[in-house]
Amino acid sequence: MTRYITVIGLEVHAELKTKTKAFCSCSTAFGSRPNTHVCPVCTGMPGALPVLNKQVVEFALRAALALNCRINKFNKFDRKNYFYPDLAKGYQISQFDQPICEHGYIDINVEGEEKRIGITRIHMEEDAGKLVHSGATISTSDFSAVDYNRAGVPLIEIVSEPDMRSAEEARAYMESLKAILEYTDVCDCKMQEGSLRCDANISIMPVGAKEFGTRAEIKNLNSFRALVRAIEYEVERQKEILEDGGHVVQETRTWDDVNGVTLSMRSKEEAHDYRYFPEPDLVPIQLDDAWIERVRSELPELPGARQARLVKSFGLPEYDAGQIVSSKAMADYFDAAAATAKDAKGVANWLLGDVSAFLNSENIGIEDFKVAPAHLAELVNLIKDGVLSSKLAKKVFGELLKEDASPKALVEKLGLQQVSDEGAIAALVDEAIAANPQSVADYKAGKDKAIGFLVGQIMKKSRGKANPGLVQKLLKERLQ
Amino acid sequence: MTATAANNLKVSQDDVEHIAQLSRLTVPASEREKFTEQFNQILNYADILEHIDTAGIQPTAHVLPVSNVFREDIVKPGSALEEVLANAPAVHNDGFKVPRVIE
Ligand SMILES: [Zn+2]
Repeated sequence: MTRYITVIGLEVHAELKTKTKAFCSCSTAFGSRPNTHVCPVCTGMPGALPVLNKQVVEFALRAALALNCRINKFNKFDRKNYFYPDLAKGYQISQFDQPICEHGYIDINVEGEEKRIGITRIHMEEDAGKLVHSGATISTSDFSAVDYNRAGVPLIEIVSEPDMRSAEEARAYMESLKAILEYTDVCDCKMQEGSLRCDANISIMPVGAKEFGTRAEIKNLNSFRALVRAIEYEVERQKEILEDGGHVVQETRTWDDVNGVTLSMRSKEEAHDYRYFPEPDLVPIQLDDAWIERVRSELPELPGARQARLVKSFGLPEYDAGQIVSSKAMADYFDAAAATAKDAKGVANWLLGDVSAFLNSENIGIEDFKVAPAHLAELVNLIKDGVLSSKLAKKVFGELLKEDASPKALVEKLGLQQVSDEGAIAALVDEAIAANPQSVADYKAGKDKAIGFLVGQIMKKSRGKANPGLVQKLLKERLQ
Repeated sequence: MTATAANNLKVSQDDVEHIAQLSRLTVPASEREKFTEQFNQILNYADILEHIDTAGIQPTAHVLPVSNVFREDIVKPGSALEEVLANAPAVHNDGFKVPRVIE
């Protein structure tokens, strides 16, 4: 059987976090009553003239520099002409042949292997309105209702090179890109709300082939999971076609998340004759070195640098540091907790373990996590100081999830202090030795495991409060 | 039609029909020939410009020698909903009701 190589390029649309639209002063607030953030400009009324929001250029420039792109100092806008009800003007204002930047890259890491994914270009454009269909899907709808609140919201489109070779690489690229857009604070990156969207160009070619295969463009990828599943599905679909002696058709397909399939959108060829021409209503933008360097100097610490810092300053394993910095909110939480924690690695373990498990089960992000970073730090310190065993710490954590409070106060309130008093523990140890002669004999006969049973008995008796290290030490001393 | 134009057909009747379709315009068959002639005349006239030496001249993106006209990112109220929807052929849930469109 022929072996194939998968080739993936991503086109990512990120809505910029401006307060107003790209070319008019309407609000960009999400989730408002339909058609309440519109004006003559964004609804394309005759005679209305666009004026560019300066913040759009600032944000686009910030993203461009964070993504290692070469900035084009001369910028203009172009009209992309097409008819669709979500576009009141009959054209979208975009950048065609002179985008704000080109030739960038993101370094990703998949299973320990570093790889550089090229960014072809980033351009500025405006979003379209939203169609709400009367039925479940467009094909089962009799009509649609158009809301122009999103029409004119500024976007950047980030086009990658076809450098990715697997769904995992595509996911890693998308995660890194999202992290960088979050760190630079240019996009709120809510895939569910559509402020970060992804289309994937996918093709396959036999191993050794010199030319890429025919690609399909997959739209409607609203989550990392959808991206991975759509790529896996599409690769299999294309393989089957080639194995059957057919050829892949270049087309746009949509991802159906419910049924886990991609479906052809059957667009007419001429629908994509956009007849771009320079937007006559907007003057060009001339960027100069002073502007570019000012934005560069204001760039925050980016995920890569932050990861390196966590490894260097706190001794975190590279992988753990990578997991923490993949979300800015998580990294901020870590830094806040680590500031007062005696054990930064302990903080990292809690964040990646119990805290992440809780966030996943509640389907919330760390920004909605109710436990204050200082309290998590306090919990970690109580373990470090030997006040709490890790088992009791989990119990305290469970209480914190119910109501955020000082773990110290909780420990006192619930009487959960670990017992580290030698006299008290020694009594428990002697009791256990007397009650379990068989285990004692086994241990003395060389069965090291027997000691585990004895420790378990003592911990049980102390209701988990005995300091396990001390229990072990005293037991061994007595059994020598 | 001039002789030059007749010899230099850049646009066919099919092209005219295609452009009309892209622009959502209905061009009656009776007028197609006339439009084809006129399109070609315009394009042939533009040919004159091809003979001008433009080496070393920047392409013109905008006719005015102006750049960097910006607006501050400050919200201003838009139009009233009733005013906006007054332009809708039909309204459904505060939206412009349109027939089902499949691209
Ligand atoms: Zn507006």
